[in-house]
Amino acid sequence: MKWIYTSQRKEYANALIELGKTRTDVVVLDADLSSSTRTAEFAKNFPERFFNCGIAEQNMMGTAAGLAASGKVVFASTFAVFATGRCWDQIRQSIAYPNLDVKIVATHAGITVGGDGASHQALEDIGLMRSLPNMTVIVPADGIEAYKAVNAVVNHNGPCYVRLGRADVPMLTSVDAKFEIGKATVLREGDDITLVGCGQMVAACMDAAEELHKRGVEAEVINMSTIKPFDEDTLLHSVKKTSAVVTAEEHSVTTGLGSAVAAVLGEKLPSPMKMIGTPDCFGESGESEELMRRYGLTSERVALAAEEVIRRKK
Amino acid sequence: MTLYDDKTIQLLESKANLIRRHVIKMTFAAQSGHPGGSLSYADILSALYFQVMDHRPEDPLWEDRDRLVLSKGHAAPAYYAALAESGYIPMDDLINLRKLGSHLQGHPCRQKTPGVEMSTGSLGQGLSVANGMALAAKLDRRPSRIFCLCGDGEMGEGQNWEAAMLGSHYKLDNVTAFIDRNMMQIDGPTENVMSLEPLADKWRAFGWNVLEINGHDMRQILDACDKTSKVKGKPSMIIAHTVKGKGVSFMEGAVAFHGKAPNPDEYRVALKELGESI
Repeated sequence: MKWIYTSQRKEYANALIELGKTRTDVVVLDADLSSSTRTAEFAKNFPERFFNCGIAEQNMMGTAAGLAASGKVVFASTFAVFATGRCWDQIRQSIAYPNLDVKIVATHAGITVGGDGASHQALEDIGLMRSLPNMTVIVPADGIEAYKAVNAVVNHNGPCYVRLGRADVPMLTSVDAKFEIGKATVLREGDDITLVGCGQMVAACMDAAEELHKRGVEAEVINMSTIKPFDEDTLLHSVKKTSAVVTAEEHSVTTGLGSAVAAVLGEKLPSPMKMIGTPDCFGESGESEELMRRYGLTSERVALAAEEVIRRKK
Repeated sequence: MTLYDDKTIQLLESKANLIRRHVIKMTFAAQSGHPGGSLSYADILSALYFQVMDHRPEDPLWEDRDRLVLSKGHAAPAYYAALAESGYIPMDDLINLRKLGSHLQGHPCRQKTPGVEMSTGSLGQGLSVANGMALAAKLDRRPSRIFCLCGDGEMGEGQNWEAAMLGSHYKLDNVTAFIDRNMMQIDGPTENVMSLEPLADKWRAFGWNVLEINGHDMRQILDACDKTSKVKGKPSMIIAHTVKGKGVSFMEGAVAFHGKAPNPDEYRVALKELGESI
């Protein structure tokens, strides 16, 4: 499909600026990456409610917790690899355990960070965040969903993690579509296989479904934009019909969306399944698209996996 | 400087003594917990809860209240005792420290215990939280003072020094932190495990107003809090020189009682030394 590509980060900045006007309780923190995460645009408009914490992510999370404990809704941003791994214990102890209103919006997630290489490519962040009690984990599929996610988490009680990418991503959803935390959406209906994606891999699932249709296979595509709380109903409803699943994510399959889907199906509806994502490995430098191909994060691989899983159906 | 009459000082000292008795009873009942570091800052707690802090135990979420973050969360027994003596929680609850179903967790939990401002336990995190509360108070133009109680051993955590930078960068003069400088951590004397000195110079170098006091001298504690309330443009760190296990002879300076409860004989002797006959 010919996609129009847009920036999730730009939509994050737009949403923040609008919130800044209506919500005086919104405070934004960053750790010296505000021009990259685009929180600098909030800072320009609301300098008194923006605090740069410098290159000190652990302290940023603790400061966020103190602000939230005093009634503020705090957005804390930096790259996904630093926003989760570098300060995981601070998030656990000072944010998740006391269930505070800190919204961690991380950018530059996944392999598409590109040239910076493995040190900067967060492929474990979904796992790190979804393992924390009280934490909500959202992976918007596109810029429109990024905008809606920011507006949803500001009204959601408790800590949230919103995962955004660096690169522009296909515009997949419509402005009018409803976005609700904890609700997956069926973007395309089909009886032969369920394709479950998150982030920009939802677009790859849609392309795979189009290709499969040409080969006589009808795929159902689910956009699992909330990883936690997990929408079991939408998944089970679909898999009862199709009896076969492929998951797709720009993240390690060991702890991400694929694992979450496998856990639900394993207990409630064992079904032939294949997970597309990075295996148990670190990334490397390269162009975004080259890396997506190298690690098999393409619509072609999703379609191949779908055909393989369908053959395993009884 | 405010002059405190002898009656006030005696009252605060007697409250500190009550906190110490509670600590012995609570850790004995639980047969676990951290008496050493609880006894060392009992005097500071008494000064804060019964004189310095503006707070309303009957209205724990009063917006303009002063706040205390207990960064050294393992010293929870003394903290809970101060909360009970203040009226935040029933006195009868204290004996249920660390018991299944009790709201008095081994380390403070904001969700469970009224008066607890922040859940702590993993060390080195309280000062960052205090900074966040101080920023919020400034944003809202509230008069709240934010206090933070840190252990000396936890100064090994790098996050403290990140928080030190943020506190002075944003001129958080509404923060007054204490270091309970009892010179001991679990593995032994702090200067053997990981040298902290020159500790006061470090905080001065990070842009803080630094005071050094005897952390068991009630007048010195009160005077220090008065002084830091008048400082403008920078946060304050009060290095309180204390004795771990203060008030119970065999616990004083004894690393063994960092995280060990008294046995029945020790329990009786400890309470007797604190002036309570059982």
